[in-house]
Formats: sequence, C-alpha cells, structure tokens
Amino acid sequence: MNVRVYVTPKQGILDPQGATVERALPALGFQGVKDVRIGRFIELTLDMPQGATPEAADALVDDMCKRLLANPIIEDYTYAIDEG
Amino acid sequence: MSAATEPVRFGLVVFPGSNCDTDAFQAVATFPGATARYLWHKDTGFDDIDAVILPGGFSYGDYLRCGAIARFSPIMDAVRGFAGDGGLVLGICNGFQILAEAGLLPGALIRNTCLTFVCRYVNLRVETTATPFTSACTPGERPRIVVKHNEGNYTADPETLARMKANDQIVLRYVDAAGEPTDAANPNGAVESIAGVCNEGRNVFGMMPHPENSVEDGLAGGTDGRCIFRSMIDHVLAARAAHGAGAGGDASRPAAAAGGAR
Amino acid sequence: MSADQSGRAGTPGIRLHATLADAVKLGLTEDEWHKLCEIQGGEPTYPELAIYSLMWSEHCSYKHSRPILGRFPTSGPRILQGPGENAGVIDIGEGWAVAMKVESHNHPSAVEPFQGAATGVGGIIRDIFTMGARPIASLDSLRFGEIEGEENARQRYLFEHVVGGIGFYGNCIGIPTIAGEVYFEDSYAGNCLVNAMCAGLVRTDKIVRAKAAGIGNLVVLIGAKTGRDGIGGASVLASQEFDETLEEKRPSVQVGDPFTEKKLIEACLELLDGKLVVSMQDLGAAGLTSSSSEMASKGFVGLDIHADRVPLREADMEPWEIMISESQERMLSIVEPARLDDVIEVCTRWDLDATVIGEVTDTKLLRILWHGEQVGAIPARRLADESPVIRTPSVKPAYLADEPVDPEAVAAGDDTFGLPAGTPVYPAPAAGDEGLGAALLELLAAPNIASKRWAYEQYDYIVQANTVQIPGSDAAVLRVKDTPLGIAFATDCNGRHCYLDPLRGARAAVAEAARNLSCVGALPLAVTDCLNFGNPEKGEMYWTFEQAVEGMAQACEALETPVVSGNVSFYNESFGNAIYPTPVVGMLGLLDDVSLTADHRFKDEGDVILLLGPDTAALDGSEYQKVHFGRVEGRIPDVDLDLEKRLQAAVRDGVRRGLLTSAHDCAEGGLAVALAECAIGSGATGGLRTDDPDTAVPRFLGAEVELPAASSGSAATEGDAAAPSAAAGRTDIALFGEGPSRVIVTLAETDLDAFLTLLDGVPWANIGRVTGERLAVTIGGIEAFRLPVRRLCEAYESLPQRLH
Repeated sequence: MNVRVYVTPKQGILDPQGATVERALPALGFQGVKDVRIGRFIELTLDMPQGATPEAADALVDDMCKRLLANPIIEDYTYAIDEG
Repeated sequence: MSAATEPVRFGLVVFPGSNCDTDAFQAVATFPGATARYLWHKDTGFDDIDAVILPGGFSYGDYLRCGAIARFSPIMDAVRGFAGDGGLVLGICNGFQILAEAGLLPGALIRNTCLTFVCRYVNLRVETTATPFTSACTPGERPRIVVKHNEGNYTADPETLARMKANDQIVLRYVDAAGEPTDAANPNGAVESIAGVCNEGRNVFGMMPHPENSVEDGLAGGTDGRCIFRSMIDHVLAARAAHGAGAGGDASRPAAAAGGAR
Repeated sequence: MSADQSGRAGTPGIRLHATLADAVKLGLTEDEWHKLCEIQGGEPTYPELAIYSLMWSEHCSYKHSRPILGRFPTSGPRILQGPGENAGVIDIGEGWAVAMKVESHNHPSAVEPFQGAATGVGGIIRDIFTMGARPIASLDSLRFGEIEGEENARQRYLFEHVVGGIGFYGNCIGIPTIAGEVYFEDSYAGNCLVNAMCAGLVRTDKIVRAKAAGIGNLVVLIGAKTGRDGIGGASVLASQEFDETLEEKRPSVQVGDPFTEKKLIEACLELLDGKLVVSMQDLGAAGLTSSSSEMASKGFVGLDIHADRVPLREADMEPWEIMISESQERMLSIVEPARLDDVIEVCTRWDLDATVIGEVTDTKLLRILWHGEQVGAIPARRLADESPVIRTPSVKPAYLADEPVDPEAVAAGDDTFGLPAGTPVYPAPAAGDEGLGAALLELLAAPNIASKRWAYEQYDYIVQANTVQIPGSDAAVLRVKDTPLGIAFATDCNGRHCYLDPLRGARAAVAEAARNLSCVGALPLAVTDCLNFGNPEKGEMYWTFEQAVEGMAQACEALETPVVSGNVSFYNESFGNAIYPTPVVGMLGLLDDVSLTADHRFKDEGDVILLLGPDTAALDGSEYQKVHFGRVEGRIPDVDLDLEKRLQAAVRDGVRRGLLTSAHDCAEGGLAVALAECAIGSGATGGLRTDDPDTAVPRFLGAEVELPAASSGSAATEGDAAAPSAAAGRTDIALFGEGPSRVIVTLAETDLDAFLTLLDGVPWANIGRVTGERLAVTIGGIEAFRLPVRRLCEAYESLPQRLH
C-alpha cells in the first residue's frame, strides 16, 4: 500500500522558514498570502502481511511518524494510506 | 596612463543573511590595486564597478532553498545585466548557489551527501587557467582552501555536463594530496568532484570553497586563495589597458561595467 | 478557589484574579506568596503573580546561589564591567574591550536537543551585542552520558542533534564557533549539559548598559513576533528536577531563527553605534517581564507596557502570556520620541518589526496595560531587590567520607592500593606495545580524549577572517583586526574531578583554563562561569556547590582572573540522580603580539622535549582509571597555585620570545596522551595538512622519550626532576596518571639555555627529542611502547566510525 505522510510545524511553534517565504512572496507581486507553513512530504510503500487489517497498517505508520518521520515535540503529522 | 593606476573596483552584494561579505571586503583590501564597496540587495543598479562578488553566507536564512529567495532581489537584475555586458561576477558558496538558482551558471547545488554542514580544508585542482578568475594560477595548481557549507553538492544532468566539458567550463575540482579527484577527497559528493564552474561566456564563476578566507599570512587559512582575486584584478587591468588605448580620457570606466544599472 | 477563574475587568476572558493556590502551582512557596502580597499591598492580579513567579524562580533570581557567589573576585584594573549586566567587559588595550558570557541551556536541550542548543547559542549572542559588542566567537561546553553501545542510542541522538543545533545557528549567523569541549559520563545521561559561550568586541567608549532612562521616552520592541514559545520555560524547566511529570509541564518549545537574529545584530549595532537608542536589553528567560523590570529597576524609573500593542504570532494570547513568553530574537530598547522615525527606518531596512509598546514613567512601577486598562503594577526595584534568598544547610556528601585510596600503598607497589580484601585491584599492564601501548591506544580512542573533529567540522570556525588557531588546539586564538593584539579563549572543567573533590576540582578547572591560554602564549585576564549542579535544596548538593565556588574563587584570586559574568544552572537531576558538579570555566587571554603564538604540534625534527611542572601524576580520578579499570574513586591531587602561576609565566615568556616551537597541557590521559597529541597534531599545521604528496596521507613527527626509573630528585636529567617516576613500579601511572601544572614544550637545543633562565624555580626535565615517525617511551631503560604515530592517529580519529 502507498502511504503519504505530511509533516508540518506544530501550531504555535515558530516556523522561520514559513515566515521568511511569507515576506518574500509579496515582493514578487503575490499579495494576500498569509499563514505560510513549510513542512515535509514523505512517500513510502508499505508491504503488509497477507490478511493484515487496515488498523494494523495505520498503527504502524503512526508509530513511524512518532518515532522517526516527525519530531512530535515540534511537528504535527498527518498521513493517508492508499489500499492496494 | 591613468587606467593602470586607477584601482580595480569590486562591488560586494549584501543580502539579508550574507555573512562573508565583510571577509570578502577585507580580502579585496589586501590587494594594493583594488577597492571594495558594498551593494545593497534592494538597489536596482550600480555604477563604477569593475567586478561583482556575491559573497557567502545564508541569504534569507537558506530557507526554502539556498539562494531561492535572494535570486529575486532587485539587485539581481542589475547583476544579470552586468554579466550580460561581460562584467566579471564571482559567486562564493552561497553566491554560487544564488547564481545557479538565477540561471547564470549551469547546474545546481544540493545537500551534502554526509547530510551535515562541513567546514574543512580541501585541496583543489585548477582545471583551466583560461578564465578571468584563474588566469594567474599555474595549470594544475592545487590551492588549499576551506569549504563550509550544507549544500555544496554540485549536480548537473549528463547533457549539461558534457557541454560544460566541451566548453572547458569546469574550473575547480576537489582532489587529494596526490592531485586525484577521489571520493575521499570530495567533501560533499559533488558530481565528478566539481568545486567551481564558469558560464559559457567565462565571465561568471561560482565556487564552493572560500578564497576570501585564504588571503592573509598569520591566519589559519593561509594564502592560497589570493590567486582568484589576483586573476580578476589582472583581467580588469588588462581589459582596461586594451580599451583605454582607444577610449582616451574615459579609461577608468571599463566597457563591461557601463551597462550595469538599468 | 478555581485556578481558571476569569476576571471581568474591562476585557472579557482575561485572567486577572490570582490565589495562593495559583502561586503554588507556579512554583512559589507560601512564604513567597505572603512576601509578594506585602510588596503589592494586597493580593496580586494574575499577570502580577505570573511575573513574580518567574522573577523569583531559581533561574531568574539565583535565590540559592546569590549568597555564595559573592565569594568571587569580580574586579581588577582591566575589568570595565563585572557581573550584573548582560555580559562582563574586559579592557584589552588599543581602545578595545571584550564582552563575554557563558550560559546554560541544559533543560531545553534535554527536551529538544537541536532547537535547545540552537536557541542557547542565539540567547548568549544577544547578551553580547546588547552590550554594543560585535560577536566574534562562540564556544561550547557539552556533557552527555556514555555514547558507545546499543543502550546509549539516546545519548548519541542528543550529542548529534546538539552539535547540529549549535552549527545550524552559529554557521547561519556568521559567528565562528572556535573552541569547546565535550565529555561523556554516565552521570549526565539524564541531564545533558549545553553551555554556550560568546564573546564580542566593543570600543571601550561604546559600551552599552541596560538601564531605562528619560521620563517620556518610548519602549520599542524590535524583532520577532511573540508567540507562546517557552511559556513557563525558565521557571518550570530550570527550577526543578526532571521526573515523570515533566511531559505535561513541557512548555512550548522555542525554535531558533538565526536569520532574524543576524538581521537583529546588524540593525541593533547600527542603532547603538549611531546612538539612536538610549539603551537596549535582550529578551531572554522570562521574556518581556525580566527585560522590562530589569531596565526599570536599574534606571530607577517606571515602565508602562501596553501588552496589547505587542505584535503577536498567535492571536488569542493573554496579557500574562505576552509578558512571560520566551519567543526568541527580540530586543527591547528605550528611544527618545524624536529618534523614533530613525529607529524605525533602520529596522525596516533590515526587514525587522519595531513597535512602540510603552513608555518610561516616573512611577518606578512596572505597569502592565491592556487596551488602556491597568492589569498589573509592580514596584520594579522591590521585585528585583527583595527576591528571596535561600541558603540550604550544607552537608558533606556521604560518598566523600569514604577512605581515600592509600598513597603509601601505591609507593609500596601494592596493586590493591590498600583497599579492603575482595575489592577489585588495579593490575598494571606489562611493558610493550601489547600492554602499555594498547592501553595508550585505548585511551586515545576513548570518547573523552578522542578527536572531536567530527563535531567541530560541522562548525564554521573561520568566518570573520580572524581565526589564527582552529579547534583542536589548547585554546582558540583570534587576531584583533587593525591591531597587533590577539585574544584567546578556553573552556574547561573536569566534572569527574569535581565529583571526587569539588574544591580541588574547581581550583583545577580554573588553573587548567589559564594553563591552556598560557600554552598559546596568552595572558589569562578574566573568567566567565557556568555552574551546573543538582538540586540545591539538598544539603549534600549545596555543599558541593559551596566548595566549588570556594575553589574557583581561590584560583581566580591567585591567577588574577576575576569573574566578570556567569550563570548558575541547578536542578540538573533526573529521577534523583544528580550530574557531577560541573563548574565550567570560560576564560579570556590576551596576546600582545598575535604573531607570537604557539600550538601543541611537534614542528621540527631534533627539537628537545621538556616536561615542566611537578611530579603529580595520580591514578585517582584519571581517564585511565575510568577507561582501563572502569572505576572512579580516590582523591585527586591539588594544584599548587603559586607554582602554577610561575609555570604559566615561564611558558608564556617562552612563547612570546619565540623560544618554544610547541606547548601542550598534560590533561586527560596524562603525559603519554599529551605526547601522542603533539605527535598526531604534527600532521597538520593550522588548517593546512602537510600531506605527503606521494601517499596522500599526512606526514607525522614522532618522538623518543626517556623517563627516569627512580623517584623525583635522582632523575637522569639536569633539571629539578619533574618527570613522573616509576619508583613504585607503576610505569602505567607515570604514563597515564593525571596531575595539575604540567606542560610539555619543545624547542631547538640552541634555545634551551635561554629558556631555562625563564623557569623561576619551576621543576623541569629534559625527557627526549622530536624524531622519526614513531612515538617511543622508555622508562627506567625498559621500553614502554614504540608505536607509529599513524596508528595513534587512527585510534584518535576512530570515534565517528565506532558510533555509526
């Protein structure tokens, strides 16, 4: 199954990168931009054993996010799992 | 006659986050025949400049991508015009990254293969002296200069690389003490150990190592970086002498710099 | 009684009412509550209570340490600013002064190592440019648990991310990270230490102090927007032990933005240089609260702060949150109204916000206003002056009451060291490459001794073009542009020694920092300190703190290096386990002529090697005792401060007269490791390796060293017998034992007589020559080892491969 993970800075955590890009966009003529947050997008393919439940895959991906893909102290994550 | 005695005027572009601008300023000042002045990133043009340096540092914090925001600074239009008119443009480290982002140099600089910042003295090999930036070097000379970067891993597609080789645009490579471009001597994983390249017109040059930190005796960096500045100064003086012969009284203003502001 | 009770004064939803229960929840004691009620003339509002809780926290008030810190010498002819400002300032001549300070960021780094270390670096840099000084050097003193082995993955993670965070901030902002130290000991496993030091240069007539002045002047906040970063950080994290409740108390982590701080440096230095602002203060721990109350109290004035005018990153913040937020990269300045436009112009040019958030008043009150309505008013001076002082009754720790290892037994050649039967012994390795040689390789590879290149190559140590000596030397050396001067910096502290004897260990830490400076030819001038200890409410911990401060004070007095700034970090305990007492010493040294410096690298074939200093090598507390025998015990030797001073003067003189070709302190691993480091270092000069062009590997210089077999006095050499003797048959202790006041120097034979006249009674011994590509040591005619320097270097550089 294909997994897409989105990692973004936690709400309330300073995102210097997002803030700098937000300041740069109007200089190029893009007005009305706000709340720029810059994160990471991770794609991966997961081979689950035959008969594994969607819940098992979900738990596995969640664990990956917690332990490696995101830093839960400063980052939020969401993910989507495509069956098949 | 005055052309030979007028100092060669360097313009150093200061972006927010530039941090080797003062080092480059000082490096230029160690050459008796040269002067330096800062150019602010919001300026739309400049006059009376013989050579432009985009210094190292972290313009805009290196956020998004190195050089990605700086390339849109107002001054970059002027730099592009200056380069288009044949003016000398040297990009050091972050300056190289900006020139690549701006399309003034081929290729791109990506994350070091070691995934960490690297500050280390490297041996370089001068691959061609047929540029205004290396003409004072001897062919095969091996200056030892510091690199310090996160994203110094030069990359270009095979067609571009082939074209660059055909045009003799690969100017510096990382080599070991024996002069071989080995993997161990390559600090960042750059393709074919490339440390510096020039454009087809040979008047725009980008290099990851920092020659401005290797110009003074008594400091840790040594003096191996002087050859780069020496070459640029010699080139400007030679061009001036050539133009000056026909340009009469206005010899101090080289043709290359005249179209800078627009 | 509900802690969530909301006030309804003017603005709905703003928390105004406060109770004793709230105070306790915020970490204040009942006594402190009554005290503040007395100062306030009644119960405080919630914003007032939040301010007291932070300003009276251990971190901000130094309530446990203040009475003890008075012991430090803090003045001297060169001291322009002692403790009490953002940084100490020392006159170095030629119209220049150095501002310097070290500060801990231990607790934030334990929670999030990368950002914790990064914001630690950022915070200390702000302290320096707040004084009007341009930051020119960063140093770092780090401690982690053991990092080798499966079970220590967390320690490796901490180490790697702390190094990454330091590099991220320092490299981006363009301040060279020129030196530092890192130790790995189990005692730091639950509490890593991240102490960041910064130094800057300022003209002596341009020093800025953080006091508000001029009734009617404006309070202008410059820099980043304010969010909920680190709310409660200073009081909660740094003022109690780590335990399982930490998770819920964890404040919102601060994220560093070096790009904004780089712009802040340029803008603030421009404002200060042009005298566009009256004064300036950075926002550190406790944010707006501490900066505004300190400025008011130092200036004997009042400040009105309109909390609603502070630019926010998160819309729904309450006044008390705005007052205590620890959002980074912000500065508070006092501006004359007529200068405001100029100030805003400079800030705008650097893409920085500058917002008027208040004014200077004659009320002597720190008043907090919210949409025009007062939500808090505190007498600024009393907030500062009447903060609580606590002196814990001190008790000598039980572990120190143990019988020390019996030195008589050592002299008698008894391997058990007089320990009771059944305790493990200290069997000495046999002479030869397989015995003593292997022990040397083991020590060189040990994380506390091994090369730290892996770490410092992640730091830009060359930017600003002043670096004369790169990391890996005894001390970093920078030139002072446009002058003949050089300045040198070192940080030192052996926590294990301080654990075994806090008084002696602290004396030794100061002496070693000074010795490192003297080895590069610099005269030690002043100290900044970071005192890392456990829970000060415990009598035993308090005793070690008192002892360490006493020890540092004695050494600072003797070596004439006053303490000009510093920081205390208590509560470095987790689950009841305290760190080793770790009083980190950061020291500044001065070279009259920067071209006359020395490093530790062997230079010339045939040079004579001298060992200067007393025969003090001891097993107790040594790296050898820990690495080879797995033990930490005994009594460390004390430093003779008078001798130390003469020794250092002789070394400095030798360097300054150009007599010495190298000088190196004998520290961890003793004489043998020091010799090995000189030999390994010979493969490089400055940043430039002297590679062998044929083999593409560095070329090394080794040495032939001969130590006497007999004890002091009957040495085979012409000096006063400094060489460690092997009288007791313990060649291993002669080689690897550690003791203070020992320096290895090399010099041309023709310069020997001239140098000996400088020694002023300092014991010395001629122990051999620089020669060949092997390091060979013979003791009493028996060869201890003969190893190729290349092999020593491989061991010394082996740590990164072992960790990955």
